[in-house]
Amino acid sequence: MPGIEDLYREIILDHYRTPRNRGELPPPAVSCEGNNPLCGDDICIYLDVADGVVRDVKFSGQGCSISQSSTSMMTVAVKGKTVAEVQAFVRRFKHMMTLTEGDDEVDQSINLGDIEALQGVVKFPVRIKCATLGWNTLLEALKETQN
Amino acid sequence: MVGTNTAFDSAVIRRDFPLLAKEIDGKPLVYLDSANTSQKPNIVIDTMAKFMRESYAPINRSAYTLAANATELFENARNAVAKFINSNNSREIIFTKNATEALNLIVNSWGRANLQRGDVVLLTHMEHHANIVPWQMLQQERGIELRWVPLTSDFQLDLSSLESLLTGVKVFSFTSMSNVLGTINPVEKLCAAAHAAGALAIVDACQSVPHAPTDVQAWGADFAMFSSHKMCGPSGLGVLWGREEILQAMPPYLGGGNMISEVRLDGFTCAELPAKFEAGTPAIAEVVGLGAAVEYLSSVGMANIRQHEIATSSYVLEMLTSRFGDDITIHGPRNPELRGATFSFAFRGIHPHDLSQVLDQSNVCVRAGHHCAKPLMKIIGANATARASFYLYNTTADADALADALDSASDIF
Ligand SMILES: Cc1ncc(COP(=O)(O)O)c(C=O)c1O
Repeated sequence: MPGIEDLYREIILDHYRTPRNRGELPPPAVSCEGNNPLCGDDICIYLDVADGVVRDVKFSGQGCSISQSSTSMMTVAVKGKTVAEVQAFVRRFKHMMTLTEGDDEVDQSINLGDIEALQGVVKFPVRIKCATLGWNTLLEALKETQN
Repeated sequence: MVGTNTAFDSAVIRRDFPLLAKEIDGKPLVYLDSANTSQKPNIVIDTMAKFMRESYAPINRSAYTLAANATELFENARNAVAKFINSNNSREIIFTKNATEALNLIVNSWGRANLQRGDVVLLTHMEHHANIVPWQMLQQERGIELRWVPLTSDFQLDLSSLESLLTGVKVFSFTSMSNVLGTINPVEKLCAAAHAAGALAIVDACQSVPHAPTDVQAWGADFAMFSSHKMCGPSGLGVLWGREEILQAMPPYLGGGNMISEVRLDGFTCAELPAKFEAGTPAIAEVVGLGAAVEYLSSVGMANIRQHEIATSSYVLEMLTSRFGDDITIHGPRNPELRGATFSFAFRGIHPHDLSQVLDQSNVCVRAGHHCAKPLMKIIGANATARASFYLYNTTADADALADALDSASDIF
Protein backbone atom coordinates (compact mmCIF):
# COMPACT_ATOMS: atom_id res chain seq x y z
CA MET A 1 0.00 0.00 0.00
CA PRO A 2 1.51 3.37 -0.94
CA GLY A 3 2.02 5.67 2.02
CA ILE A 4 -0.60 8.27 2.76
CA GLU A 5 2.16 10.89 3.05
CA ASP A 6 2.68 10.60 -0.73
CA LEU A 7 -0.85 11.83 -1.14
CA TYR A 8 -1.25 14.46 1.54
CA ARG A 9 1.91 16.51 1.01
CA GLU A 10 2.20 19.65 3.09
CA ILE A 11 1.75 22.03 0.15
CA ILE A 12 -1.47 20.22 -0.78
CA LEU A 13 -2.84 20.49 2.73
CA ASP A 14 -1.84 24.15 2.79
CA HIS A 15 -3.88 24.92 -0.33
CA TYR A 16 -6.75 22.85 1.09
CA ARG A 17 -6.77 24.75 4.39
CA THR A 18 -6.28 28.16 2.78
CA PRO A 19 -7.49 27.95 -0.79
CA ARG A 20 -6.33 30.75 -3.11
CA ASN A 21 -8.72 32.47 -5.51
CA ARG A 22 -11.82 31.05 -3.91
CA GLY A 23 -14.89 33.04 -4.88
CA GLU A 24 -16.86 34.07 -7.90
CA LEU A 25 -16.51 36.49 -10.80
CA PRO A 26 -19.53 38.31 -12.20
CA PRO A 27 -20.30 38.23 -15.93
CA PRO A 28 -18.91 38.93 -18.46
CA ALA A 29 -16.48 36.43 -16.93
CA VAL A 30 -17.59 32.97 -18.02
CA SER A 31 -18.42 30.29 -15.49
CA CYS A 32 -18.39 26.57 -15.97
CA GLU A 33 -19.42 23.73 -13.68
CA GLY A 34 -17.75 20.36 -13.46
CA ASN A 35 -18.62 17.40 -11.30
CA ASN A 36 -17.26 14.07 -10.35
CA PRO A 37 -20.20 11.69 -10.70
CA LEU A 38 -18.42 9.07 -8.60
CA CYS A 39 -18.26 11.10 -5.42
CA GLY A 40 -20.72 13.93 -6.03
CA ASP A 41 -18.14 16.68 -5.81
CA ASP A 42 -18.68 19.80 -7.86
CA ILE A 43 -16.50 22.72 -8.81
CA CYS A 44 -17.33 25.94 -10.62
CA ILE A 45 -14.58 27.84 -12.45
CA TYR A 46 -14.96 31.56 -13.21
CA LEU A 47 -12.70 32.80 -15.95
CA ASP A 48 -12.02 36.31 -17.19
CA VAL A 49 -10.09 36.29 -20.47
CA ALA A 50 -9.28 39.47 -22.37
CA ASP A 51 -6.99 39.91 -25.36
CA GLY A 52 -6.03 36.25 -25.18
CA VAL A 53 -4.80 36.52 -21.58
CA VAL A 54 -6.29 35.08 -18.39
CA ARG A 55 -6.92 38.26 -16.38
CA ASP A 56 -8.58 36.56 -13.44
CA VAL A 57 -9.78 33.16 -12.35
CA LYS A 58 -11.74 32.00 -9.30
CA PHE A 59 -13.43 28.83 -8.16
CA SER A 60 -16.27 27.72 -5.91
CA GLY A 61 -17.85 24.39 -5.01
CA GLN A 62 -17.29 21.47 -2.69
CA GLY A 63 -14.76 18.74 -2.82
CA CYS A 64 -12.10 16.70 -1.12
CA SER A 65 -8.65 17.99 -0.21
CA ILE A 66 -7.19 16.77 -3.50
CA SER A 67 -9.73 18.42 -5.79
CA GLN A 68 -9.78 21.65 -3.79
CA SER A 69 -6.02 22.04 -3.48
CA SER A 70 -5.37 21.02 -7.06
CA THR A 71 -7.84 23.64 -8.28
CA SER A 72 -6.41 26.26 -5.94
CA MET A 73 -2.86 25.66 -7.19
CA MET A 74 -4.10 25.70 -10.76
CA THR A 75 -5.70 29.13 -10.38
CA VAL A 76 -2.46 30.56 -9.03
CA ALA A 77 -0.51 29.08 -11.91
CA VAL A 78 -2.70 30.13 -14.82
CA LYS A 79 -3.45 33.70 -13.83
CA GLY A 80 -1.67 36.07 -16.23
CA LYS A 81 -0.86 33.36 -18.78
CA THR A 82 -2.01 33.49 -22.39
CA VAL A 83 -4.68 31.03 -23.49
CA ALA A 84 -2.10 29.07 -25.47
CA GLU A 85 0.21 28.92 -22.46
CA VAL A 86 -2.65 27.71 -20.27
CA GLN A 87 -3.53 24.98 -22.73
CA ALA A 88 0.06 23.77 -22.84
CA PHE A 89 0.24 23.94 -19.04
CA VAL A 90 -2.90 21.83 -18.64
CA ARG A 91 -1.52 19.28 -21.09
CA ARG A 92 1.70 19.11 -19.09
CA PHE A 93 -0.28 18.60 -15.86
CA LYS A 94 -2.53 15.92 -17.31
CA HIS A 95 0.50 14.17 -18.67
CA MET A 96 1.96 14.08 -15.18
CA MET A 97 -1.29 12.52 -14.02
CA THR A 98 -0.72 10.00 -16.87
CA LEU A 99 -4.00 10.80 -18.52
CA THR A 100 -2.80 11.96 -21.93
CA GLU A 101 -1.59 9.70 -24.69
CA GLY A 102 0.82 10.87 -27.35
CA ASP A 103 3.73 12.56 -25.62
CA ASP A 104 4.79 14.71 -28.58
CA GLU A 105 2.31 17.45 -27.76
CA VAL A 106 3.46 17.77 -24.18
CA ASP A 107 6.10 20.39 -23.55
CA GLN A 108 8.25 18.75 -20.88
CA SER A 109 10.16 21.97 -20.32
CA ILE A 110 7.15 23.55 -18.63
CA ASN A 111 7.83 23.80 -14.92
CA LEU A 112 4.80 22.87 -12.83
CA GLY A 113 6.31 24.23 -9.63
CA ASP A 114 4.34 23.37 -6.48
CA ILE A 115 1.90 21.41 -8.57
CA GLU A 116 4.49 18.65 -8.85
CA ALA A 117 3.39 17.73 -5.34
CA LEU A 118 0.25 16.22 -6.87
CA GLN A 119 2.29 13.54 -8.58
CA GLY A 120 1.78 11.29 -5.56
CA VAL A 121 -1.91 11.08 -6.46
CA VAL A 122 -1.00 8.81 -9.37
CA LYS A 123 -0.32 6.06 -6.84
CA PHE A 124 -3.98 6.29 -5.79
CA PRO A 125 -5.74 5.81 -9.13
CA VAL A 126 -9.27 6.46 -7.85
CA ARG A 127 -8.15 9.93 -6.76
CA ILE A 128 -6.80 11.03 -10.16
CA LYS A 129 -10.27 12.22 -11.11
CA CYS A 130 -10.30 14.40 -7.99
CA ALA A 131 -7.00 16.01 -8.98
CA THR A 132 -8.05 16.68 -12.56
CA LEU A 133 -11.61 17.87 -11.92
CA GLY A 134 -10.73 21.58 -11.73
CA TRP A 135 -8.41 21.36 -14.71
CA ASN A 136 -10.96 19.75 -16.99
CA THR A 137 -13.49 22.34 -15.90
CA LEU A 138 -10.97 25.07 -16.72
CA LEU A 139 -10.63 23.66 -20.24
CA GLU A 140 -14.42 23.78 -20.62
CA ALA A 141 -14.45 27.38 -19.41
CA LEU A 142 -11.66 28.27 -21.86
CA LYS A 143 -13.76 26.83 -24.69
CA GLU A 144 -16.63 29.04 -23.66
CA THR A 145 -14.50 32.17 -23.74
CA GLN A 146 -13.67 31.32 -27.31
CA ASN A 147 -17.30 31.11 -28.41
CA MET B 1 -22.75 -23.80 11.27
CA VAL B 2 -24.91 -22.03 13.80
CA GLY B 3 -28.48 -23.22 14.31
CA THR B 4 -31.37 -20.81 14.77
CA ASN B 5 -31.56 -21.45 18.48
CA THR B 6 -27.87 -21.36 19.25
CA ALA B 7 -26.43 -18.20 20.68
CA PHE B 8 -25.38 -15.91 17.89
CA ASP B 9 -21.70 -14.99 17.88
CA SER B 10 -20.37 -12.84 15.07
CA ALA B 11 -16.81 -13.75 16.01
CA VAL B 12 -17.66 -17.37 15.18
CA ILE B 13 -19.70 -16.46 12.09
CA ARG B 14 -16.71 -14.53 10.82
CA ARG B 15 -14.75 -17.74 10.38
CA ASP B 16 -17.20 -18.80 7.69
CA PHE B 17 -15.95 -15.90 5.53
CA PRO B 18 -12.40 -16.60 4.30
CA LEU B 19 -11.76 -13.11 2.99
CA LEU B 20 -12.32 -11.60 6.43
CA ALA B 21 -9.25 -13.45 7.67
CA LYS B 22 -7.13 -11.65 5.10
CA GLU B 23 -4.48 -9.23 6.28
CA ILE B 24 -3.07 -6.35 4.29
CA ASP B 25 0.37 -5.13 5.35
CA GLY B 26 0.06 -7.33 8.42
CA LYS B 27 -3.09 -5.64 9.64
CA PRO B 28 -6.51 -7.31 9.72
CA LEU B 29 -9.24 -6.29 7.33
CA VAL B 30 -12.15 -4.32 8.80
CA TYR B 31 -14.87 -4.66 6.20
CA LEU B 32 -17.62 -2.09 6.77
CA ASP B 33 -19.14 -1.85 3.30
CA SER B 34 -21.75 -4.60 3.28
CA ALA B 35 -24.58 -2.23 2.33
CA ASN B 36 -22.64 -1.91 -0.89
CA THR B 37 -21.87 -5.59 -1.29
CA SER B 38 -21.35 -8.40 1.20
CA GLN B 39 -18.52 -10.88 1.60
CA LYS B 40 -19.10 -14.55 0.78
CA PRO B 41 -19.13 -17.54 3.13
CA ASN B 42 -17.24 -20.75 2.31
CA ILE B 43 -20.47 -22.61 1.70
CA VAL B 44 -21.35 -20.28 -1.21
CA ILE B 45 -17.85 -20.34 -2.68
CA ASP B 46 -17.62 -24.11 -2.33
CA THR B 47 -21.10 -24.81 -3.66
CA MET B 48 -20.41 -22.77 -6.79
CA ALA B 49 -17.00 -24.32 -7.31
CA LYS B 50 -18.39 -27.82 -6.79
CA PHE B 51 -21.25 -27.10 -9.18
CA MET B 52 -18.87 -25.92 -11.88
CA ARG B 53 -16.50 -28.83 -11.29
CA GLU B 54 -19.09 -31.56 -11.13
CA SER B 55 -22.50 -30.50 -12.37
CA TYR B 56 -22.29 -27.57 -14.76
CA ALA B 57 -24.57 -27.84 -17.80
CA PRO B 58 -27.24 -25.81 -19.59
CA ILE B 59 -30.60 -25.65 -17.91
CA ASN B 60 -34.06 -26.17 -19.41
CA ARG B 61 -32.72 -27.10 -22.82
CA SER B 62 -31.32 -30.56 -23.02
CA ALA B 63 -32.49 -34.04 -22.18
CA TYR B 64 -29.20 -35.57 -21.12
CA THR B 65 -28.70 -36.44 -17.48
CA LEU B 66 -26.07 -33.82 -16.74
CA ALA B 67 -28.39 -31.06 -17.97
CA ALA B 68 -31.38 -32.49 -16.13
CA ASN B 69 -29.39 -32.52 -12.88
CA ALA B 70 -28.16 -28.96 -13.39
CA THR B 71 -31.73 -27.85 -14.04
CA GLU B 72 -32.84 -29.53 -10.84
CA LEU B 73 -30.12 -27.79 -8.80
CA PHE B 74 -31.06 -24.47 -10.40
CA GLU B 75 -34.75 -24.92 -9.61
CA ASN B 76 -33.95 -26.07 -6.07
CA ALA B 77 -32.27 -22.71 -5.58
CA ARG B 78 -35.34 -20.92 -6.88
CA ASN B 79 -37.46 -22.88 -4.38
CA ALA B 80 -35.09 -21.95 -1.58
CA VAL B 81 -35.36 -18.25 -2.47
CA ALA B 82 -39.16 -18.52 -2.64
CA LYS B 83 -39.23 -20.05 0.82
CA PHE B 84 -36.75 -17.50 2.17
CA ILE B 85 -39.11 -14.58 1.47
CA ASN B 86 -42.30 -16.64 1.95
CA SER B 87 -43.44 -16.33 -1.63
CA ASN B 88 -46.65 -18.17 -2.46
CA ASN B 89 -44.84 -20.31 -5.02
CA SER B 90 -41.61 -20.33 -6.98
CA ARG B 91 -43.24 -19.18 -10.24
CA GLU B 92 -43.24 -15.77 -8.59
CA ILE B 93 -39.44 -15.75 -8.38
CA ILE B 94 -37.80 -14.21 -11.44
CA PHE B 95 -34.01 -14.14 -11.72
CA THR B 96 -32.56 -10.94 -13.13
CA LYS B 97 -29.08 -9.46 -13.42
CA ASN B 98 -29.52 -7.41 -10.23
CA ALA B 99 -32.16 -5.41 -8.40
CA THR B 100 -31.67 -2.52 -10.81
CA GLU B 101 -32.68 -4.71 -13.73
CA ALA B 102 -35.70 -5.94 -11.77
CA LEU B 103 -36.91 -2.36 -11.33
CA ASN B 104 -36.32 -1.66 -15.00
CA LEU B 105 -38.30 -4.77 -15.83
CA ILE B 106 -41.29 -3.55 -13.86
CA VAL B 107 -41.17 -0.05 -15.31
CA ASN B 108 -40.75 -1.27 -18.87
CA SER B 109 -43.23 -4.12 -18.77
CA TRP B 110 -45.89 -3.20 -16.24
CA GLY B 111 -45.28 0.54 -16.49
CA ARG B 112 -45.49 0.78 -20.26
CA ALA B 113 -48.60 -1.39 -20.33
CA ASN B 114 -50.42 0.46 -17.57
CA LEU B 115 -49.25 4.05 -17.27
CA GLN B 116 -50.33 6.88 -19.54
CA ARG B 117 -49.67 10.62 -19.68
CA GLY B 118 -50.70 12.22 -16.39
CA ASP B 119 -50.71 9.00 -14.35
CA VAL B 120 -48.98 9.43 -11.01
CA VAL B 121 -46.16 7.38 -9.48
CA LEU B 122 -45.33 8.02 -5.83
CA LEU B 123 -41.72 7.62 -4.68
CA THR B 124 -39.89 8.84 -1.58
CA HIS B 125 -37.00 11.18 -0.93
CA MET B 126 -34.86 8.31 0.32
CA GLU B 127 -34.79 6.20 -2.84
CA HIS B 128 -31.72 4.75 -4.53
CA HIS B 129 -31.20 5.90 -8.13
CA ALA B 130 -32.39 2.44 -9.22
CA ASN B 131 -35.88 3.33 -7.97
CA ILE B 132 -35.81 6.83 -9.45
CA VAL B 133 -34.17 6.89 -12.86
CA PRO B 134 -36.23 4.13 -14.57
CA TRP B 135 -39.39 6.06 -13.59
CA GLN B 136 -37.86 9.30 -14.86
CA MET B 137 -37.09 7.57 -18.15
CA LEU B 138 -40.75 6.59 -18.43
CA GLN B 139 -41.66 10.14 -17.44
CA GLN B 140 -39.65 11.51 -20.38
CA GLU B 141 -41.30 9.04 -22.74
CA ARG B 142 -44.86 9.11 -21.43
CA GLY B 143 -45.31 12.26 -19.42
CA ILE B 144 -46.23 10.49 -16.20
CA GLU B 145 -46.10 12.52 -12.98
CA LEU B 146 -43.69 11.70 -10.15
CA ARG B 147 -44.59 12.58 -6.58
CA TRP B 148 -42.41 12.27 -3.51
CA VAL B 149 -42.94 11.40 0.15
CA PRO B 150 -40.70 13.81 2.12
CA LEU B 151 -38.65 13.10 5.26
CA THR B 152 -39.13 14.19 8.84
CA SER B 153 -36.34 15.87 10.78
CA ASP B 154 -35.47 12.52 12.38
CA PHE B 155 -34.91 10.81 9.01
CA GLN B 156 -38.20 8.90 8.85
CA LEU B 157 -40.68 9.11 6.01
CA ASP B 158 -43.10 11.93 6.77
CA LEU B 159 -46.40 10.06 6.52
CA SER B 160 -48.56 12.92 7.80
CA SER B 161 -49.83 13.68 4.28
CA LEU B 162 -49.55 10.19 2.85
CA GLU B 163 -53.25 9.89 2.16
CA SER B 164 -53.40 13.04 0.09
CA LEU B 165 -50.10 12.21 -1.65
CA LEU B 166 -51.61 8.86 -2.63
CA THR B 167 -54.70 10.41 -4.18
CA GLY B 168 -54.91 9.33 -7.80
CA VAL B 169 -51.64 7.40 -7.58
CA LYS B 170 -51.21 4.25 -9.71
CA VAL B 171 -47.97 2.99 -8.14
CA PHE B 172 -46.23 3.57 -4.82
CA SER B 173 -42.63 2.37 -5.02
CA PHE B 174 -40.45 2.70 -1.94
CA THR B 175 -37.42 1.26 -0.19
CA SER B 176 -37.82 -1.03 2.81
CA MET B 177 -34.63 0.42 4.28
CA SER B 178 -32.56 3.42 3.24
CA ASN B 179 -29.07 2.54 2.03
CA VAL B 180 -27.86 5.94 3.26
CA LEU B 181 -29.76 6.69 6.48
CA GLY B 182 -30.36 3.15 7.66
CA THR B 183 -34.02 4.05 8.26
CA ILE B 184 -36.34 1.06 8.22
CA ASN B 185 -39.72 1.87 6.72
CA PRO B 186 -43.07 0.44 7.87
CA VAL B 187 -43.54 -1.72 4.79
CA GLU B 188 -46.86 -3.35 5.76
CA LYS B 189 -48.42 -0.01 6.57
CA LEU B 190 -47.20 1.56 3.33
CA CYS B 191 -48.46 -1.36 1.23
CA ALA B 192 -51.86 -1.15 2.94
CA ALA B 193 -52.04 2.60 2.31
CA ALA B 194 -51.12 2.09 -1.35
CA HIS B 195 -53.82 -0.54 -1.79
CA ALA B 196 -56.42 1.59 0.00
CA ALA B 197 -55.72 4.24 -2.64
CA GLY B 198 -55.98 1.69 -5.46
CA ALA B 199 -52.23 1.82 -6.15
CA LEU B 200 -49.74 -0.97 -6.67
CA ALA B 201 -47.10 -1.39 -3.92
CA ILE B 202 -43.50 -2.00 -5.00
CA VAL B 203 -40.87 -2.62 -2.33
CA ASP B 204 -37.18 -2.08 -3.07
CA ALA B 205 -36.05 -4.67 -0.55
CA CYS B 206 -32.31 -4.57 -1.34
CA GLN B 207 -31.28 -3.38 2.10
CA SER B 208 -33.69 -5.39 4.23
CA VAL B 209 -33.79 -8.90 2.74
CA PRO B 210 -30.12 -9.56 3.72
CA HIS B 211 -30.64 -8.29 7.25
CA ALA B 212 -34.06 -9.27 8.59
CA PRO B 213 -36.78 -11.88 8.14
CA THR B 214 -38.82 -11.21 5.00
CA ASP B 215 -42.41 -12.23 4.39
CA VAL B 216 -43.69 -10.74 1.15
CA GLN B 217 -47.18 -12.07 1.81
CA ALA B 218 -47.36 -10.48 5.24
CA TRP B 219 -46.10 -7.24 3.69
CA GLY B 220 -49.02 -7.34 1.29
CA ALA B 221 -46.73 -6.09 -1.48
CA ASP B 222 -47.24 -6.55 -5.21
CA PHE B 223 -43.57 -6.57 -6.20
CA ALA B 224 -40.27 -6.71 -4.34
CA MET B 225 -36.70 -6.98 -5.54
CA PHE B 226 -33.25 -7.54 -4.09
CA SER B 227 -29.71 -8.38 -5.15
CA SER B 228 -27.87 -11.62 -4.43
CA HIS B 229 -24.51 -9.91 -3.86
CA LYS B 230 -25.72 -8.02 -0.78
CA MET B 231 -26.88 -11.23 0.95
CA CYS B 232 -23.75 -13.40 0.86
CA GLY B 233 -24.50 -14.61 -2.66
CA PRO B 234 -22.59 -13.96 -5.90
CA SER B 235 -22.85 -10.77 -7.98
CA GLY B 236 -24.52 -10.68 -11.38
CA LEU B 237 -27.81 -11.93 -10.00
CA GLY B 238 -30.95 -10.27 -8.68
CA VAL B 239 -34.41 -11.43 -7.73
CA LEU B 240 -37.75 -10.00 -8.73
CA TRP B 241 -40.69 -11.28 -6.77
CA GLY B 242 -44.16 -10.42 -8.05
CA ARG B 243 -47.68 -11.59 -7.34
CA GLU B 244 -48.45 -14.29 -9.85
CA GLU B 245 -51.62 -12.77 -11.30
CA ILE B 246 -49.86 -9.48 -11.97
CA LEU B 247 -46.85 -11.18 -13.57
CA GLN B 248 -49.29 -13.25 -15.68
CA ALA B 249 -50.96 -10.15 -17.04
CA MET B 250 -47.72 -8.33 -17.88
CA PRO B 251 -46.14 -8.30 -21.33
CA PRO B 252 -42.62 -9.74 -21.58
CA TYR B 253 -39.61 -7.47 -21.11
CA LEU B 254 -36.56 -8.94 -22.83
CA GLY B 255 -37.20 -11.21 -25.80
CA GLY B 256 -35.18 -14.21 -26.94
CA GLY B 257 -34.55 -17.79 -25.99
CA ASN B 258 -36.11 -19.44 -22.95
CA MET B 259 -38.96 -16.88 -22.66
CA ILE B 260 -41.05 -18.29 -25.50
CA SER B 261 -43.29 -21.28 -25.93
CA GLU B 262 -43.62 -20.86 -29.71
CA VAL B 263 -41.94 -18.78 -32.38
CA ARG B 264 -43.12 -18.63 -36.00
CA LEU B 265 -42.19 -16.27 -38.81
CA ASP B 266 -45.26 -14.25 -38.01
CA GLY B 267 -44.93 -14.02 -34.23
CA PHE B 268 -44.35 -15.69 -30.90
CA THR B 269 -46.12 -16.78 -27.75
CA CYS B 270 -44.63 -16.42 -24.29
CA ALA B 271 -43.51 -19.19 -22.00
CA GLU B 272 -45.16 -19.70 -18.63
CA LEU B 273 -43.82 -17.98 -15.52
CA PRO B 274 -41.09 -17.59 -14.50
CA ALA B 275 -39.40 -18.34 -17.87
CA LYS B 276 -41.47 -15.61 -19.51
CA PHE B 277 -39.25 -13.01 -17.83
CA GLU B 278 -35.98 -14.91 -18.05
CA ALA B 279 -34.81 -14.44 -21.61
CA GLY B 280 -31.49 -15.95 -22.57
CA THR B 281 -29.08 -18.13 -20.62
CA PRO B 282 -29.29 -17.19 -16.96
CA ALA B 283 -26.50 -16.88 -14.38
CA ILE B 284 -26.57 -20.62 -13.73
CA ALA B 285 -23.78 -21.12 -11.19
CA GLU B 286 -24.72 -17.84 -9.50
CA VAL B 287 -28.29 -18.97 -8.93
CA VAL B 288 -26.99 -22.18 -7.38
CA GLY B 289 -24.69 -20.03 -5.23
CA LEU B 290 -27.59 -17.85 -4.11
CA GLY B 291 -29.43 -21.00 -3.12
CA ALA B 292 -26.50 -21.84 -0.83
CA ALA B 293 -26.50 -18.28 0.51
CA VAL B 294 -30.15 -18.36 1.57
CA GLU B 295 -29.65 -21.78 3.15
CA TYR B 296 -26.71 -20.35 5.05
CA LEU B 297 -28.58 -17.23 6.18
CA SER B 298 -31.56 -19.37 7.22
CA SER B 299 -29.36 -21.65 9.27
CA VAL B 300 -27.88 -18.66 11.07
CA GLY B 301 -31.42 -17.34 11.44
CA MET B 302 -32.62 -14.05 10.02
CA ALA B 303 -34.16 -13.05 13.34
CA ASN B 304 -30.76 -13.61 14.97
CA ILE B 305 -29.10 -11.44 12.34
CA ARG B 306 -31.64 -8.68 12.94
CA GLN B 307 -31.06 -8.89 16.72
CA HIS B 308 -27.31 -8.76 16.18
CA GLU B 309 -27.65 -5.65 14.04
CA ILE B 310 -29.88 -3.92 16.60
CA ALA B 311 -27.22 -4.62 19.22
CA THR B 312 -24.51 -3.45 16.82
CA SER B 313 -26.43 -0.23 16.14
CA SER B 314 -26.80 0.47 19.86
CA TYR B 315 -23.10 -0.07 20.37
CA VAL B 316 -21.96 1.97 17.38
CA LEU B 317 -24.25 4.92 18.12
CA GLU B 318 -23.25 5.04 21.77
CA MET B 319 -19.56 4.49 21.23
CA LEU B 320 -19.16 7.01 18.41
CA THR B 321 -21.14 9.65 20.29
CA SER B 322 -19.28 9.16 23.54
CA ARG B 323 -15.88 9.20 21.81
CA PHE B 324 -16.47 12.06 19.41
CA GLY B 325 -19.45 14.03 20.69
CA ASP B 326 -20.35 16.86 18.33
CA ASP B 327 -17.39 16.08 16.07
CA ILE B 328 -19.43 13.37 14.43
CA THR B 329 -22.81 13.83 12.77
CA ILE B 330 -24.71 10.65 11.99
CA HIS B 331 -27.34 11.14 9.30
CA GLY B 332 -29.98 8.71 10.47
CA PRO B 333 -32.36 7.63 13.24
CA ARG B 334 -30.97 7.29 16.77
CA ASN B 335 -33.30 4.49 17.77
CA PRO B 336 -31.64 1.12 16.96
CA GLU B 337 -35.07 -0.53 16.61
CA LEU B 338 -35.94 1.81 13.75
CA ARG B 339 -32.76 1.40 11.77
CA GLY B 340 -30.36 -1.05 10.24
CA ALA B 341 -26.65 -1.03 11.03
CA THR B 342 -25.74 1.35 8.19
CA PHE B 343 -24.30 4.69 9.28
CA SER B 344 -23.68 7.68 7.05
CA PHE B 345 -21.71 10.33 8.84
CA ALA B 346 -19.75 13.54 8.68
CA PHE B 347 -16.61 13.81 10.80
CA ARG B 348 -14.76 16.98 11.88
CA GLY B 349 -15.34 18.64 8.51
CA ILE B 350 -13.06 16.14 6.77
CA HIS B 351 -14.24 15.37 3.28
CA PRO B 352 -15.55 11.76 3.07
CA HIS B 353 -13.14 10.96 0.27
CA ASP B 354 -10.20 11.99 2.40
CA LEU B 355 -11.67 10.19 5.37
CA SER B 356 -12.06 6.89 3.55
CA GLN B 357 -8.53 7.24 2.17
CA VAL B 358 -7.08 7.64 5.65
CA LEU B 359 -9.26 4.83 7.06
CA ASP B 360 -7.89 2.61 4.31
CA GLN B 361 -4.45 2.98 5.90
CA SER B 362 -5.90 0.98 8.80
CA ASN B 363 -7.64 -1.44 6.39
CA VAL B 364 -11.00 0.00 7.42
CA CYS B 365 -13.22 -0.23 4.33
CA VAL B 366 -16.01 2.34 4.21
CA ARG B 367 -17.77 3.87 1.26
CA ALA B 368 -17.50 7.58 0.52
CA GLY B 369 -19.74 9.41 -1.90
CA HIS B 370 -23.39 9.96 -2.71
CA HIS B 371 -24.36 6.28 -2.41
CA CYS B 372 -26.49 6.45 -5.57
CA ALA B 373 -29.01 8.64 -3.77
CA LYS B 374 -28.21 12.14 -4.97
CA PRO B 375 -31.67 13.64 -4.35
CA LEU B 376 -31.49 12.42 -0.74
CA MET B 377 -27.97 13.80 -0.32
CA LYS B 378 -29.20 17.19 -1.43
CA ILE B 379 -32.02 17.02 1.10
CA ILE B 380 -29.72 16.16 3.99
CA GLY B 381 -27.41 18.93 2.81
CA ALA B 382 -24.32 16.88 2.00
CA ASN B 383 -22.53 16.40 -1.31
CA ALA B 384 -21.11 13.20 -0.01
CA THR B 385 -20.92 11.21 3.22
CA ALA B 386 -18.77 8.43 4.56
CA ARG B 387 -20.78 5.28 5.24
CA ALA B 388 -19.92 2.38 7.51
CA SER B 389 -22.27 -0.59 7.19
CA PHE B 390 -22.23 -3.68 9.39
CA TYR B 391 -23.42 -7.21 8.76
CA LEU B 392 -23.66 -10.53 10.55
CA TYR B 393 -19.88 -11.01 10.53
CA ASN B 394 -19.00 -7.62 12.03
CA THR B 395 -18.07 -7.44 15.69
CA THR B 396 -17.79 -4.58 18.15
CA ALA B 397 -14.03 -4.81 17.53
CA ASP B 398 -14.73 -3.65 13.96
CA ALA B 399 -16.62 -0.66 15.33
CA ASP B 400 -13.73 0.15 17.67
CA ALA B 401 -11.26 -0.13 14.78
CA LEU B 402 -13.37 2.38 12.86
CA ALA B 403 -13.26 4.82 15.75
CA ASP B 404 -9.50 4.42 16.20
CA ALA B 405 -8.95 5.03 12.50
CA LEU B 406 -11.16 8.13 12.65
CA ASP B 407 -8.93 9.46 15.37
CA SER B 408 -5.89 9.04 13.14
CA ALA B 409 -7.62 11.01 10.38
CA SER B 410 -7.83 14.03 12.66
CA ASP B 411 -4.06 13.96 12.98
CA ILE B 412 -3.62 14.63 9.26
CA PHE B 413 -6.27 17.26 8.63
C1 LIG C 1 -31.85 0.50 -1.73
C2 LIG C 1 -31.16 -0.02 -2.94
N1 LIG C 1 -31.85 -0.20 -4.07
C3 LIG C 1 -31.27 -0.66 -5.19
C4 LIG C 1 -29.94 -0.99 -5.22
C5 LIG C 1 -29.35 -1.48 -6.51
O1 LIG C 1 -28.81 -2.73 -6.39
P1 LIG C 1 -27.92 -3.33 -7.57
O2 LIG C 1 -26.83 -2.35 -7.81
O3 LIG C 1 -27.43 -4.63 -7.04
O4 LIG C 1 -28.82 -3.48 -8.75
C6 LIG C 1 -29.18 -0.84 -4.06
C7 LIG C 1 -27.75 -1.19 -4.04
O5 LIG C 1 -26.85 -0.40 -4.07
C8 LIG C 1 -29.80 -0.33 -2.91
O6 LIG C 1 -29.10 -0.13 -1.78
